[in-house]
Amino acid sequence: MSSPLRRDDVAKVAKLARLTLSDAELDMFTEQLGHVLEHAEDIEALDLADVIPTAHPFGLVNVVRGDIVRPCLARDEVLAMAPDAEDGRFAVPRIMGEAR
Amino acid sequence: MRSAVEIARDVRGGQSSAEAELARSLAAIAARNDELNVFLHLDHQGALEAARRVDERLAKGEDVGALAGVPIALKDNLCQIGVPTTAASKILSGWRPPYSATVVERVLAAGAIAVGKTNLDEFAMGSSTENSAFGPTRNPHDPSRVPGGSSGGSAAAVAADMTPIALGSDTGGSIRQPAALCGVVGMKPTYGLVSRYGLIAFASSLDQIGPFANNVSDAALLLEVIAGHDPWDSTSLPEDSPSLLSHVDDGVAGKRIGLTRELVDGADDEVVAAVERAAAVLRAAGATIVELSVPEFRLGLSAYYLIAPAEASSNLARYDGVRYGVRVDAEDVAAMNEATRTAGFGAEVKRRIMLGTYALSAGYYDAYYGQALKVRTLMIDAFKRVYQDVDVLLGATAPSVAFSFGAKTDNPLAMYLSDVFTIPTNLAGDPAISVPFGRGEGDMPIGVQLLGPGRSEAELFAAARVLEVAGGAS
Amino acid sequence: MTLPEGWEMVVGLEVHTELKTATKMFCGCPNEFGAEANTHICPVCLGLPGSLPVLNVRAVDLAMAIGFALHSTIGFSTFHRKNYFYPDMPKDYQISQYDLPINKGGFLDLPDGSRVSIERAHLEEDTGKSTHLGASGRIRGADRSLVDYNRSGVPLVEIVSGPDIRSSAQARAYASELRGILIAAGASDGRMEEGSMRIDANVSVRHPDEPFGTRCEIKNLNSLRSLVRAIDYEALRQSELLDAGGTIRQETRHWDENLEATSTMRTKEEAEDYRYFREPDLVDLIPDAAWRERVALSLGAMPAQRRASLLARLGELPAAQRDALGVVIDLGFDHFVVAALDADVDGGLALARAANELASDVEHVENLSTEAYVVTLTMEQNGELSATQAKTVLLELLTNGGDPRAVALAKGFEQLSSDSLEATLDGLIAQYSDEWSRYRGGDEKLAQFFIGQVMKVTRGQANGKAVIAQLQSRR
Ligand SMILES: [Zn+2]
Repeated sequence: MSSPLRRDDVAKVAKLARLTLSDAELDMFTEQLGHVLEHAEDIEALDLADVIPTAHPFGLVNVVRGDIVRPCLARDEVLAMAPDAEDGRFAVPRIMGEAR
Repeated sequence: MRSAVEIARDVRGGQSSAEAELARSLAAIAARNDELNVFLHLDHQGALEAARRVDERLAKGEDVGALAGVPIALKDNLCQIGVPTTAASKILSGWRPPYSATVVERVLAAGAIAVGKTNLDEFAMGSSTENSAFGPTRNPHDPSRVPGGSSGGSAAAVAADMTPIALGSDTGGSIRQPAALCGVVGMKPTYGLVSRYGLIAFASSLDQIGPFANNVSDAALLLEVIAGHDPWDSTSLPEDSPSLLSHVDDGVAGKRIGLTRELVDGADDEVVAAVERAAAVLRAAGATIVELSVPEFRLGLSAYYLIAPAEASSNLARYDGVRYGVRVDAEDVAAMNEATRTAGFGAEVKRRIMLGTYALSAGYYDAYYGQALKVRTLMIDAFKRVYQDVDVLLGATAPSVAFSFGAKTDNPLAMYLSDVFTIPTNLAGDPAISVPFGRGEGDMPIGVQLLGPGRSEAELFAAARVLEVAGGAS
Repeated sequence: MTLPEGWEMVVGLEVHTELKTATKMFCGCPNEFGAEANTHICPVCLGLPGSLPVLNVRAVDLAMAIGFALHSTIGFSTFHRKNYFYPDMPKDYQISQYDLPINKGGFLDLPDGSRVSIERAHLEEDTGKSTHLGASGRIRGADRSLVDYNRSGVPLVEIVSGPDIRSSAQARAYASELRGILIAAGASDGRMEEGSMRIDANVSVRHPDEPFGTRCEIKNLNSLRSLVRAIDYEALRQSELLDAGGTIRQETRHWDENLEATSTMRTKEEAEDYRYFREPDLVDLIPDAAWRERVALSLGAMPAQRRASLLARLGELPAAQRDALGVVIDLGFDHFVVAALDADVDGGLALARAANELASDVEHVENLSTEAYVVTLTMEQNGELSATQAKTVLLELLTNGGDPRAVALAKGFEQLSSDSLEATLDGLIAQYSDEWSRYRGGDEKLAQFFIGQVMKVTRGQANGKAVIAQLQSRR
């Protein structure tokens, strides 16, 4: 069904996942993930066109809470665990591109 | 070591105190923790204060709860307010959560004393604790071998009598497999029976918190304390905690138990033999043993190793160096995210994030993730079908006794295969228990596994208790 | 604006509106604009490890209310994760709805009689807000951004129209009619300037009756003015480019308010792979008949209905008053106008004061009772207050509340008694006897001359209508 995993695919996926891979890691992951996907050929090969996918083991529905205010965390406590903060906010290096 | 049931009874009755029990636990930890690397963090101060509070409340005649003064170990993927919580990842080193997991609040409210946080495979991804960023845990029965994983630290804490009970989490076998390898009782409850709020997520639709103990009654007691509806987890079942401890001696008379071919095929001979002896014991106790086959179980591994990494790839996106944990600085924010994650995650975590990202990405979703969700439906239907015929399934927990360090680290697929018997229940959301039964190569413990339909915990504890009483010797 | 000969624009709008709930979508933090940064945060909306979302029932109610107002099909829906990295998104995924939104299909009828189809109106969570700091003047060197998560997790509904809009004026009419609906449904305060309503526009051009052209998406239009200008700019850019033999690339473009131009943000090739999948931490949403009915019953009249019923009271309106009517309906001020009409106030006056004075201070309109509005306008109509004085009284009532007569008194707006007006006029007629005889001879323009003189002498205290009445009775 799907083509075998290529090194380029692995590089593309690493970019999506925000991971830097060395050349050696790229080779290693291409091989190891290839093996796992080969093993998955047993389920790829099944004809399951009529089967409904399951995302949850139990069919709970309509779980909601009331629109009631609860206490928030203390800002200083939260910012104390941040790698960098300034002026009551979390600080990060500049953001490239636009928000979406 | 005395059981949790006995400790709580003695502490409540005044024959012992929480402080004395804590001292005994800390002494056992001091004796072997350097050798075994069970605890990533010991909360001496917090535990001592909690123990004194319990003793003071008892002195005033207050009811402290079912776990009064019982030392407990917490897997380090459970948040405890103010106590370092890392999920055994460098990326979270030094992080102290500003809130506690529901299960942590519940055991503390029942009078238990949390002594510290136990080692695990990073973000619970692994079957040996070799993937911990802070070094592997060693098996108390043979320190040259792994304790299993991912909850290897919690299993080892109980096996080494450091604490009588511990909490772990099970996504594909992470409670039952280390329980088997360390010779203790471990249960993965029905999905939704125990709140996941405050459990650092690996794969949300599969993760479930459960108990470790040296005996069946203690495991039942601990599960009673942590189970029951939690409004802060949308997937929490809307019902009260079931009554379990009072049913552990119900026996198996009249029960139909299925000895399942797919839950022993490929296991070492000594493991298969132990399962067969267990079947004989259950038959002798009045159960009917039915040999059966559930071919769908063979598909579990592939489905699991697509679904769990897919969810994990999304759950672990938040470790980006912005709000908490470690940051590796860079020119712009995207480069900072990447540098942080590259330095902060270990190889296995990266492997699973890559696998999951790939399985969800455009063009591959239907072939991999979509197909795996359909296999999950097949798995649930197969369990439903088989439970029309039998009450409980019997099989092995792990294919072998504890293996040596490094035996499977070069071959991820071989490591993944050690979860082959435990995965089907996670996909179905059903409960299963591993109970020690006999010993194998190198005098290492063997565990057998009992599986049941959703909410059958009481039956599983009762069946496990029959095996516990019989002992596993050949 | 007109496009070059033969071109027609095709526009679809995606409107994001923040819902007016007390708390955020998945946690109990207050949903409140303008608080100090990072004071409305908790483990859930900060995406702390281990935290889990639980859906706010009020957010679902309001999303369903929008669905009812847009004639959507409300039913089985699920939540998905949309995965991408962005620092103002704490989990690095957004919980949204994908193939099964809560509201499917529907339409919105505009005041000009045209109909715009609705594809979907789905629930999702808002992001935090980042502020970008330049290097200049800063001690700490390089450029950085600061993030505030107060807005993170605020419930949003995204309303996606069909590609049915054919002009920027129609786009504007759609957006303002939708805004009126959101306010009427109690779902939103519709404040674009606070970002509680944000619009993306999909724009393409074609020759009429030909298939749709390649579209570009323009992001983050934060006012009706930007919406109109950005659409016009983009349609013109595309048609000129095509006329010059070029081709349109499918891409996302950014509207620059200062340059009044759109520019490329990212091309289709650079589009993110969002890896949508079912949110495993949330369960299915299946609003049953009882739930849907509860929401439907709580829904007030929609703008189109209110416009029709007000028009029935007012009759045919001149153009200027039609605009005022639009403002009154948009802002939900029709009850002021209706009450004034009930008290025999002139329709034009009732509309004008609501569309101008009341609209100028929307923030404080709760300070003004309908009774006070009616009393003020009646005083103006009876000549007890001049137009300027009535406006002043209304503005004061909006700011501080109170009783119109007391306010008028406090402001010194006691009208000249008719005695002293007569005495003043006697004097002026004697002084300007030539003008007076020409006025009596039929020169109407001189009425204004005498009014002006009276005002000058009385320093504006006289009532214009009373002066006219006096002038006419003495003719
Ligand atoms: Zn919150």
